[in-house]
Amino acid sequence: MKSLGNVRRSFAPWIDPKSVPYIRFENVTKKFGDFTAVDNLSLDIFEREFFSLLGPSGCGKTTLLRMLAGFENPTEGDIFLDGQSLKGVAPHNRPVNMMFQSYALFPHMSVEQNIAFGLKQAKMNKSEISDRVQQMLKLVKLEKFAKRKPHQLSGGQRQRVALARSVAKRPKLLLLDEPLGALDKKLREETQFELMDLQQELGLTFVIVTHDQDEAMTMSDRIAVMDAGVVKQIGTPAEVYEAPDSRYVADFIGSVNIFEGEVKQNADGLVKLDSPDGFSEIQAVEDHKFETGQKLFLAIRPEKMNLTRERPTDANAASGEVWEIAYMGDVTNYIVKLDGGKMVRASTINRKRAVENPIGYDEVIWVSFEPDGGTLLDR
Amino acid sequence: MSNMFRRLTIFIPYIWLLVLFLLPFLIVFRISVSILEYGSPPYVPQFEFESWAGFIDKLGMLNLDNYRFLASDALYRNAYISSVIIAFFSTMFTLAIGFPLAYGMARASTSLRPILLMLVILPFWTSFLIRVYAWIGILKPEGLLNQLLLWLGVISEPLTILNTNAAVYIGIVYSYLPFMVLPIYSTLEKLDYSLIEAAQDLGCTPLGAFWKVTIRLALPGILAGCLLVFIPAVGEFVIPDLLGGSQTLMIGKVLWTEFFNNGDWTISSALAMVLLIVLVVPIVLFQNAQAKATEAGK
Repeated sequence: MKSLGNVRRSFAPWIDPKSVPYIRFENVTKKFGDFTAVDNLSLDIFEREFFSLLGPSGCGKTTLLRMLAGFENPTEGDIFLDGQSLKGVAPHNRPVNMMFQSYALFPHMSVEQNIAFGLKQAKMNKSEISDRVQQMLKLVKLEKFAKRKPHQLSGGQRQRVALARSVAKRPKLLLLDEPLGALDKKLREETQFELMDLQQELGLTFVIVTHDQDEAMTMSDRIAVMDAGVVKQIGTPAEVYEAPDSRYVADFIGSVNIFEGEVKQNADGLVKLDSPDGFSEIQAVEDHKFETGQKLFLAIRPEKMNLTRERPTDANAASGEVWEIAYMGDVTNYIVKLDGGKMVRASTINRKRAVENPIGYDEVIWVSFEPDGGTLLDR
Repeated sequence: MSNMFRRLTIFIPYIWLLVLFLLPFLIVFRISVSILEYGSPPYVPQFEFESWAGFIDKLGMLNLDNYRFLASDALYRNAYISSVIIAFFSTMFTLAIGFPLAYGMARASTSLRPILLMLVILPFWTSFLIRVYAWIGILKPEGLLNQLLLWLGVISEPLTILNTNAAVYIGIVYSYLPFMVLPIYSTLEKLDYSLIEAAQDLGCTPLGAFWKVTIRLALPGILAGCLLVFIPAVGEFVIPDLLGGSQTLMIGKVLWTEFFNNGDWTISSALAMVLLIVLVVPIVLFQNAQAKATEAGK
């Protein structure tokens, strides 16, 4: 059986129509003066889900998170948490904790005191607090730094303190605002897996805001791709990558080639596009019903493109000149200028250390792809 | 060469302190242990070197009688106590007005802040003396304030404010307000608002977050502001002289009377020395607060 993406998941409450969402945004609009940050948005998030809000800055993702925390109130619409409306519930009364982008560690308190802050507010007794603090310090591996002040810690350590503080109260829902934004690449990758483990271990629901698609792809059960206050697409990482439903999503997640054309013929589940982009004709698998004469876009990822010196037998092939080569180590990315003038991206995995007679600059080669390699889009 | 230059630049502040602080201090101290004598200058001994024996004799004349006199006369003790009390309450009033002002400024939009800051500093462009004088026109029985209150019908008889301690409080609070507002503003302006949100997120009420985060982090600024008001207010002379009445007892006024009216340099020097000692405690506190603020700002 074929499944979308090279991944198998067992956790998918969103496909079960009987499952009840844990968080529900119902026609939520948020305006700041004339500016509409969130526009009539509806969204369901399920318990124990790792849910990402992904989009460029200013797309409304942080506003959405701040509305869940209670720092902003919807102008219209309502948000439900566990079936209860959050209307009029102050931040300190919500069973929700947030990890701030700036970490917002209290500079006058030690690591220990920072972690204990929320527990003290909850009026837990002293021995319970110190047990919990020890537990949290162990969880984030900062036992040795308990007495340090935030300014005596490295960026990565501060991030851990912020995390420990936000999960110390065992909230059922944790909100994370660009939690890894300030870390360097290597640390970020390590921390991604740690966050996933933590979420599994504590059985929490995570809603995370990020502009980094790799981060969202790695960690999330589902991703909501946002733009200008609306959700463009919600899906698993494989769905938004392999089956984007708009050019915006296709372009925002990963890199993509987009060909434009008119439907010439559609029969037997195969669409033939009349394409001016260097391919005389493009054949693609039809997963929606399209009309003859309709203008469509074919989105196809670089790694689904084949590069050959000989004319291939693939249905879709065009010749062009190698324009750029970027050797990344694990993959090599090519930009090929097709005879029609369009630049296309292709990439190959470098499975061998040494390659005989590799493709070089200015070489004329063939670019081709299979009919099921890309997605047909009408927007 | 550059090494010498470096040493020289290090010495400049020390020379400054030596010439403008330590030397005058020693002169005042020397007068405070001298004996009052009608003449010019009005104290003995004078150290014109004649012989070693004479020099040692003269050195033996120096004594602490002036300090003993200060301790024996309740007037001086009361003046010190009254000055400290007036300065303390003025500081509290200034804080009560200055903190909300600084908080409002720090929370104003970034484009508005420089204007507000300018408005706080603006009074410095007029002479301090003239501004205090202007308060006479406002506070006197037929002054602007009374006219306004009479016109509004709040009072039927003019209030006596001028030449009372109330006028002194008004004068001190007005004059020293910027010294309170500016350090508090500078700590509040640096305050990351997400800290307050974090406190609320972790279960603090807005009032609790204000107390545990805003006030706590503004503490170095509050302390600096309080000391910047308290220290000069204790020795204040112009305000109690112009706005205060005959019953306003402040050490600055007493010192002035001793020096200019009685021509008693020795007692007034002793008064100044004691005042300095009284103020050393808050000055040390101030230094500590500054050191802490630098530490926290890292």
